[in-house]
Amino acid sequence: MKFRTLGRHTREGSKSVWRNGWMTVSAIGAVTTTLLLVGVFLALMLNLNEIASNVEEDVEVKVLLDLTASEEQIDNLREEIEGISEVGSITFSSKEEELNQLIDSLGDKGQAFELFKQSNPLNDAFIIKPKDPIDTVDIAEKIEKMDYVYQVDYGEEVVQQIFQFNKYARTIGLALIIGLVFTAIFLISNTIKITIIARRKEIGIMKLVGATNGFIRWPFFIEGLLLGVLGSIIPIAAVVTGYYYLYYNLRDNIKFEFIELLPFYPFALQLSGIILAIGAFIGVWGSVMSVRKFLKV
Amino acid sequence: MIDMKGVYKTYPNGVTALNGVDVHIDQGEFVYIVGPSGAGKSTFIKLMFREEKPSKGSIVINDYNLATIKERRVPHLRRNIGVVYQDFRLLPRLTVYENVAFALEVIEESPNQIRRRVMDVLDQVRLKNKARFIPDELSGGEQQRVSIARAIVNHPQLLIADEPTGNLDPDTSWEIMHILEEINSNGTTVLMATHSQEIVNTIRKRVIAIEDGQIVRDEARGEYGYEI
Repeated sequence: MKFRTLGRHTREGSKSVWRNGWMTVSAIGAVTTTLLLVGVFLALMLNLNEIASNVEEDVEVKVLLDLTASEEQIDNLREEIEGISEVGSITFSSKEEELNQLIDSLGDKGQAFELFKQSNPLNDAFIIKPKDPIDTVDIAEKIEKMDYVYQVDYGEEVVQQIFQFNKYARTIGLALIIGLVFTAIFLISNTIKITIIARRKEIGIMKLVGATNGFIRWPFFIEGLLLGVLGSIIPIAAVVTGYYYLYYNLRDNIKFEFIELLPFYPFALQLSGIILAIGAFIGVWGSVMSVRKFLKV
Repeated sequence: MIDMKGVYKTYPNGVTALNGVDVHIDQGEFVYIVGPSGAGKSTFIKLMFREEKPSKGSIVINDYNLATIKERRVPHLRRNIGVVYQDFRLLPRLTVYENVAFALEVIEESPNQIRRRVMDVLDQVRLKNKARFIPDELSGGEQQRVSIARAIVNHPQLLIADEPTGNLDPDTSWEIMHILEEINSNGTTVLMATHSQEIVNTIRKRVIAIEDGQIVRDEARGEYGYEI
C-alpha cells in the first residue's frame, strides 16, 4: 500500500466517524462504559497483585534446631536443606541473634527479656527463603522430616489462605475483564454494522470498480481505532483522577506494613496505556468484524 | 477476448439460469444480448465480471479463467472491465468528479494522473461543466453518462452495459448509444443487454439472443426479433 493511500483511508475513516453522528456516540458510549469498568478492575487487581506479592516476598520458613545438635550436625543439616531444589537462600541465626531480635521487636517491653541473656532458652535457627513463595509449604514439609529439627515455622494458615485468595482474585478479575471486553466488542460491532448496512451499496460499488477487500477494510479499521481511542479518553481521565485521590489520601491512613499501593507514577501512566490499548483493540476488532460479512460481493 | 465453453449456471435455490452456453467474442466487437425477461441475460452478464461463478464450463476473458480465478485476483480482473447498470449505481454523497475518480483511487493512481484522466473522460461524455454536482442534481441521462465515465476511466478492454437505456427517455437513450459507439470505435469491446427493439434495429450490430438459458440466435448484423 502506498503512503498516500494510507492518508486517503485515514481521511475516509475519520469522515465516517463524523458522518455517522449518533451511531458514533453510541459506539463510543459502549467503549467508555466498558473501559470505565475495566479500568477500575484493573487498578484494583494490579494493586491486589502488588499487595499479594509483597506478602509473598515476606514469606520465610524458620527452622528451629534441636538444642542438642552439634556444630557438625548443624552443618550437615544445612547442606541437606540446601539440597532441596526449591530453596532460594538459607541463613543461620544463632540463639543470641534470635534473642536480640525478639528484644528489639518488643521495644520497651523487651527490657524484661534482657535477663535471658544469662541463660538463653531459645534455639538456633535457619531462616529459609523459597525461590518461589508457592513452594513454601513443600519446603516446610520436607524439612520437618529431617534430623535435629526441633520445629518448622512458616505461618501455615496465613500463607495458604493468601495463596488461595490470590489465585481466585486473579482468575475472577481476569475473567471479568475478558468478559467485559467481549461484550464491548459485540456492542461496537453491532453499532458499526448498522452504519454499514446503510453503506452496503457503497461497498458493492467499490468492489465493482475493482477495490480489494483490504482497500475497503482499511477505512473501517481506522474508524474503529478512532472510536476506541475516543472511547478511552473519559475512562482514562476518571481512573487516573480517582487513583490520584485514593493514593494520596489512603497512603497516609493505611498503617499495615505490607499494604502498599502502587505509586501513582508510573502506575497511572501504565494503567492509561493499558486502557488505551484495550480501547483500540475493542474498536478495531468490532469494526473489522462487522465489515467481513459485507465483503462477499 | 471472451471465450465461453459449455457454461452452466444453477443457483442454490435450484433455478437453472444458463444451460450450456458456447460463445466467442473478439476484441473490438459490439454485441447486443437480447431475450425475454428471466431468460438468463443477467446471469450471462454477471458471469463476465465474476459477480457469479459458473457451475460448470469455462469462461476466459483476457487470459483470466473465471471458473478457476483466485478470489484475490478478482479485483484485478474487474479493473479491466467497465460495468454500466440500468440504475447507474453512483455514490450519492460524492460529486461527479469524485465518483469517477474513485475508480482510479482504488488502483492507487497518482493524484495528478487522476485529475487528468477524470477531466479527459468527463470531457468525452460531455459533463466537464458538471464535475462539482452530486448525482441527485443531474438528469437520468447525465447520471448514466457519469457511470459510463466511471466505467471507462481505467481504459478497460471490455465494457459491459446491463440495460443502460432502461430508465431513460428515447432522446437520452440515443445520446447514450452514441457515447457507447464512440467508446467501441476506440477499440473497446462493448457488451450490452437490452430490451430496446428500436435501438437494436437502428444501430445494427451483432445480436445474441438468449432463451431458456441457451443461445438461440447469433447473427452478425441481427435484428431484435421479438414483438413488443
